[in-house]
Amino acid sequence: MLDFSQAFDAAVRQIVTLDPQLLEIIALSLKVTLTAVAVATLIGLAVGGVLAVYRFPGRSAVAAMLNALMGLPPVVAGLMVYLLLSNAGPLGVLQLLYTPQAMIIAQVTLVTPIVAALTRQTCEDLLEEYRDQLRSLGASSAEMVTTLLWDGRYRLVTVVLAGFGRAIAEVGAVMIVGGNIDHVTRTMTTAIALETSKGNIALALALGMILLAIALAVNVALMGIRRLANHFAYA
Amino acid sequence: MLEQPRPLTTFDSGAPFLGTLLPLELRHLSLETGGRRLIDRIDLKLEDRGITVVLGPNGAGKSLLLRLVHGLLEPTEGAILWGNAPMDDEVRRRQAMVFQKPVLLRRTAAANITYALGLRGVPRSERASRALRALELAGLRHHAFAPARVLSGGEQQRLCLARALSLDPEVLLLDEPTASLDPASTLAIERLLIGAKHSGIKVIVVTHDVGQARRLAQDVIFLHHGRLIEHQPAGRFFEQPESDTARAFMAGGLVL
Amino acid sequence: MRGAFGRRDILKFGLAIFALLATAISISRAADDFIIVQSTTSTQNSGLFEHILPVFTKKTGIEVRVVAVGTGQALKNAEKGDGDVVLVHSQPDEEKFVSEGWGVKRYPVMYNDFIIVGPATDPAKIAGMKQAPDALKKIAEAEAPFASRADDSGTHKAELKLWQQAGIDPTTSSGGWYLETGSGMGATLNTAVGKQAYALTDRGTWLAFANKDDFKVLVEGDDKLFNQYGVILVNPAKHPNVKAKEGQAFIDWLTGPDGQAAIADYKIDGQQLFFPNARPES
Repeated sequence: MLDFSQAFDAAVRQIVTLDPQLLEIIALSLKVTLTAVAVATLIGLAVGGVLAVYRFPGRSAVAAMLNALMGLPPVVAGLMVYLLLSNAGPLGVLQLLYTPQAMIIAQVTLVTPIVAALTRQTCEDLLEEYRDQLRSLGASSAEMVTTLLWDGRYRLVTVVLAGFGRAIAEVGAVMIVGGNIDHVTRTMTTAIALETSKGNIALALALGMILLAIALAVNVALMGIRRLANHFAYA
Repeated sequence: MLEQPRPLTTFDSGAPFLGTLLPLELRHLSLETGGRRLIDRIDLKLEDRGITVVLGPNGAGKSLLLRLVHGLLEPTEGAILWGNAPMDDEVRRRQAMVFQKPVLLRRTAAANITYALGLRGVPRSERASRALRALELAGLRHHAFAPARVLSGGEQQRLCLARALSLDPEVLLLDEPTASLDPASTLAIERLLIGAKHSGIKVIVVTHDVGQARRLAQDVIFLHHGRLIEHQPAGRFFEQPESDTARAFMAGGLVL
Repeated sequence: MRGAFGRRDILKFGLAIFALLATAISISRAADDFIIVQSTTSTQNSGLFEHILPVFTKKTGIEVRVVAVGTGQALKNAEKGDGDVVLVHSQPDEEKFVSEGWGVKRYPVMYNDFIIVGPATDPAKIAGMKQAPDALKKIAEAEAPFASRADDSGTHKAELKLWQQAGIDPTTSSGGWYLETGSGMGATLNTAVGKQAYALTDRGTWLAFANKDDFKVLVEGDDKLFNQYGVILVNPAKHPNVKAKEGQAFIDWLTGPDGQAAIADYKIDGQQLFFPNARPES
């Protein structure tokens, strides 16, 4: 039977000795997810802001769809991107399958709806308070979008962090489009899956603990930002 | 588009441009929603330079009227003419409005003002100095770099007024600006309004506070149930109101 | 702060995009010299690739990227052109792959054998039996838990063949004593250990598996448990993106003296996992 303390000890040893393979895996996870979150944020903030301010036919349908996509299962996102990038698929000529770029693309499809939907909600809430005053001051719709995005910056930082949390922890999407190739597309989550399937519980646990540590760090940062925001009444 | 920023520390410069937005004319103005007439066929002509007070019980339509003449609402019927020109974005640019609850962005006091100046197209180099002067005027200079939303209610409202004044408006509209403020803040605001009047700005202020109306008004517009009941010079209105409703209102009764 | 897009804002925006692209590109490895091999989880889990691939790369400079899925999926991926070489262990499917034109030629590479593992308690009492189908029959009769990969892999197909030879259809008891995990070899073994169930596995994966608990090898040595691996170049005529030259180089190496020696060299605890049996090119 699994001896947790034994596995825990081995895990700590792995971390402390800074095993180069471990570091390689962690570095790739962070690179893929941070890049994906950055791209998703740019797209999501713009889409969310525009959706909150501009009135156009079908607006509520788009909003509802974005909300639904927040719950897109990672493995489904992975499957969709895989079909696109496969050599038998429309974008096969790009030869992106089984590369970190494919993983970034898959995670962008996961994170963008989250950022967009939550940005829309945040901006709409702010607009409730600001709309008349901004109109009075003569702000155009485009100016309203940028004003709201900046004004809601603390709330939006937490939105982005939520997107990060989702991406760093998922395995379905990166596994399918990345192929979990050693030294190329192996991230923390896919490595955990592999090591578990090899029965290497200690290493799997070590990776899991690091993942948790990152999630914890993100949450601590979140708390700090919230406190700062409240202090300046910028929340 | 205004060419020169007006010096805000002096109140006795003339107002050569006042003539362009006045008179304000409302012709058969109505606002209807869900079958109810919230503003009911108002005909009005405003040409005097003094402070106009819009008075009436709650629900009379005073705020709605202000929003209509500021272009925030579209009337269901009738016309709004500022200086013989129909209400549009250009006209609104020459006005400024202060709302009942102060609306401030999540940035410093000064930044709120420079933001508004930026929207108006004031060159970046001038924004800071104009903002500081406006803050000075409102007695908020020492709070210039404080986050606007940590200021007290009275300070926030003064800031909103300072922001409005910094835009050099020809017309200043205020919707119950001191409704939730303490007497000291109310006094400060009223002083600023009187000062604005003296620098030639046309001030229209909505209030349900008769005392405030007495202190500020040159002429009074009295509304009830969305209808214009009276439009009189202040002296005449307060001494001898023509309508029973106005009389009852000023006597302090609940006017249904 | 003017909200509209002034020149300064466009510049900032542009810098941001540029920085992002630069980061994205920096992640991409410059390696142009690589092939993608679609192979099986059992082979990967055995650790064979970590042992032999560096030897190949050192010799030729070609990096080998292994995507490990079940045999069925590996062949389907190759049909789509998502790989340059396939290395799997299901001869009839491999031959079909070639005859349908998806692959160029099938080369035998190595073999190992399947074994039936199970808990030390051995509820169906199959330890030491010589005929695998008979052992499976006893498991079915005892309704002892059995974990199947059920994922269209080479191991799965071999397992189904054995049930067929035993004259039993275990899928009628799916969800009961017959557990269809739909997973790779390692995951299925985890399930077997967790549920104290029997399982059919290849010896390579079992030797490398680190979560054996008290499980033992119960049935081995039957000819029907022979497990042959084949390697095939994906047909460049069907998919021009296939790196035929590098792929063939890999196949030649794998079936040549150096590759075969590397395979034979791979041991765990002194035990050899795979036995090279490539036919010399005539």
